[in-house]
Amino acid sequence: MLSRVAERLYWMARYLERAENNARMIMAFNALSMDMPRETRLSWKDLVAVTGMGELFDQHYQREDERNCVKFLMADNYNPSSIASCIMAARENVRTTRDQVPTDAWEVINELYRYTVDNLEQGIGKRARHEFLNEIVGRCQMLNGLLAGCMSHDAGYDFIRVGRNLERADMGTRQIEVGALQFLDGWDGTESYGGLLWTSVLRNQSAFQMYRHNVRRGVSGPLVIRFLLQNEPFPRSVLHSLTEVAGALSRLPLNEIPVRTALQAVRHVRDGDVEALIRKEEVILFLEKLQLEIGELHDDIAKTWFPVYETA
Amino acid sequence: MKKNKLIDWKNYDPSEFFDELIASKGKPRPAATAITDYLGNLGSDEIQTRQQAAELAILEMGISFTIYSEGENIDRAWPFDIIPRVISLREWKTIEEGLAQRITALNMFIDDIYNEQKIVRDKVIPKYVFANSKNFREQCRGFSPPLGVWAHICGSDLVRDKDGTVYVLEDNLRVPSGVSYMLENRQLTKRVFPELFDNTSILPVDDYTNQLFDMLASLSPRPQDYPKIAVLTPGIFNSAYFEHSFLAQRMGAELVEGADLVVGEDDCVYMRTVEGLERVDVIYRRIDDDFLDPEVFRPDSTLGVPGLMRAWRNGKVALANAPGAGVADDKVIYAFVPDMIRYYLNEEPIIPNVPTWMCVNKQDREYVLEHLEELVVKPANESGGYGMLVGPHSTKKQRAEFAALIKKNPRNYVAQPTLSLSVAPTLCDEGLASRHLDLRPFVLQGVRTYVTSGGLTRVAMRKGSLVVNSSQGGGSKDTWIVDEEN
Repeated sequence: MLSRVAERLYWMARYLERAENNARMIMAFNALSMDMPRETRLSWKDLVAVTGMGELFDQHYQREDERNCVKFLMADNYNPSSIASCIMAARENVRTTRDQVPTDAWEVINELYRYTVDNLEQGIGKRARHEFLNEIVGRCQMLNGLLAGCMSHDAGYDFIRVGRNLERADMGTRQIEVGALQFLDGWDGTESYGGLLWTSVLRNQSAFQMYRHNVRRGVSGPLVIRFLLQNEPFPRSVLHSLTEVAGALSRLPLNEIPVRTALQAVRHVRDGDVEALIRKEEVILFLEKLQLEIGELHDDIAKTWFPVYETA
Repeated sequence: MKKNKLIDWKNYDPSEFFDELIASKGKPRPAATAITDYLGNLGSDEIQTRQQAAELAILEMGISFTIYSEGENIDRAWPFDIIPRVISLREWKTIEEGLAQRITALNMFIDDIYNEQKIVRDKVIPKYVFANSKNFREQCRGFSPPLGVWAHICGSDLVRDKDGTVYVLEDNLRVPSGVSYMLENRQLTKRVFPELFDNTSILPVDDYTNQLFDMLASLSPRPQDYPKIAVLTPGIFNSAYFEHSFLAQRMGAELVEGADLVVGEDDCVYMRTVEGLERVDVIYRRIDDDFLDPEVFRPDSTLGVPGLMRAWRNGKVALANAPGAGVADDKVIYAFVPDMIRYYLNEEPIIPNVPTWMCVNKQDREYVLEHLEELVVKPANESGGYGMLVGPHSTKKQRAEFAALIKKNPRNYVAQPTLSLSVAPTLCDEGLASRHLDLRPFVLQGVRTYVTSGGLTRVAMRKGSLVVNSSQGGGSKDTWIVDEEN
């Protein structure tokens, strides 16, 4: 398989996963915002912070209100992580590797793109937002299903798995970080709403139901962090995602360095003692180190398999 | 019972032109009766619905072409008219034979002029004709590719005049495009008019990519079971990128860009894969000669592969079409194709050429300059309908400009009579109306010669217009070769 194709399939999967994660996150936050008492501070800007695009937002907007934040997260094309940008980038990556992915998959992503463009305006508004985002998530899932079911599970598919799971792990650490920040700040709203917040963090990752099944205890900060970070069977946990990455990498040729980095990251996630980290107020540090490791893993993957671009 | 308006073929006026479907008012041609009867029973609302269904399918399937406009690349939906163009099998057989004859002679010509130039020595073609051609490649002299075939893939444009005669308008031997649209148009028709395929014998077109694969595989310098074939594209911004990707997909070939390839010390061509370098045996290149190899042609080309010509001349890789094949695509050389057929094959041309005046000849030039208003003037080396003067539709200013251009560089211009291109019923804003069209069949030559069943029909969507190029507002139709006796 061509290096250039490997790179595009990898990014296709990352962008698609990013679009889906953003959609899930906005949906969950949307629901939460309706439950919270009006006097309780609930900032849409936190969502922007999760995507790591806070500075870019500040360059374009003064008011951190719902409309601006939602528009930024969903539609703005100068934001490379907005849903619209991600879907466009994913489509472009498929368009340039059309010969490699099943034709049906191209048609699905092409339709997803057209759906997004056609309904974006309405989707930003409060009334149609849920329906729009739900449709995006559904179509992303459909595409994942199509690729899993119709594409040969060879090197190309492994690069898709790597991209998808690396993005998921990255997003996971960010979600936990935002929740943890609020937790450490000493939640200044009414205590009873703390449960709501953590429930929302779980819902961001569509993890609420699975958490209930697995944890069988109340919703509390440390338990949620541990679940999202270390629950092996849950497919959106950081540990699970990174294990998937390592598994896919181990099947690729010339994989020594990336596999080593991936396994190291897996070990760090697994060995983290969440209670102790909270006690010592080192959760944020731990998560940020993890994000750096994920970044390094990407660099190793790029160096090993992707084309070298000569800078003129 | 309420009914939408039925199409009454008696109201359809093919005017003075040859109509591909209708012999005369209200009388369809025998091969077209199935489609005209069927459409007649559908009613205008239903036909519109089917057209809309086709357009939706085009968007869903992502059938597109790219146009470059105002500094931007725009990905446009492929323009398609649902009413097919029909040709009887009997007529097609003759055309098929004529196209095979033509490509054979053209390949013999190319091989001859890069080697012995017998045709010049025997004074059939004057030397200046190709010596000054922009597409004559000195770098190809003294070389002969396997089988002596240079143009493996050819797209010849056919037009039909008022009296029904089919002419070859031009041969495209460099990187002819459009075949993917021919294939997709058939897919669309199958979706839109599934019922029609039950009762009519329409020749299938789907075999093309298999034929292309077999032909390319047969060129491999390493005869083996699994030759590595690559389609070399200039990239996503090329207007035919859709097609490059489509063909690679259908053949299971790698779609590569110049930067994906490298020529090794051993003169073999390799592609950069996740496993390291992997050798490539055959390259179906969709990049013009000029950009193919910066070591030999344009040094500023970033699309090509340094050393590719070396690899090709040393027989380490096959290139289709071969570099230099474009010399026969020149519009001045076109005028000599009938002579080539007589010279090399000792046969009479089966499909005639459009009469052509060569401005390089004094007598011809004078005639052309006097009759600009009735002629079509073409530059020798352009494609895509650019840089042309269509006399009857031109302004005085344009004619003056062309007169100056011709005088300045007579070798670069030829002129032909303005043909009354044939028409076919086409769905327009005003309902069914006649529009001009042409046909581009595709011919493959390797060990064997293969001609597509039909080809890509391009149609000028504007009333009276003769410009069929999709980059300039043309549309397309599915082309049916119909076996009436079956």
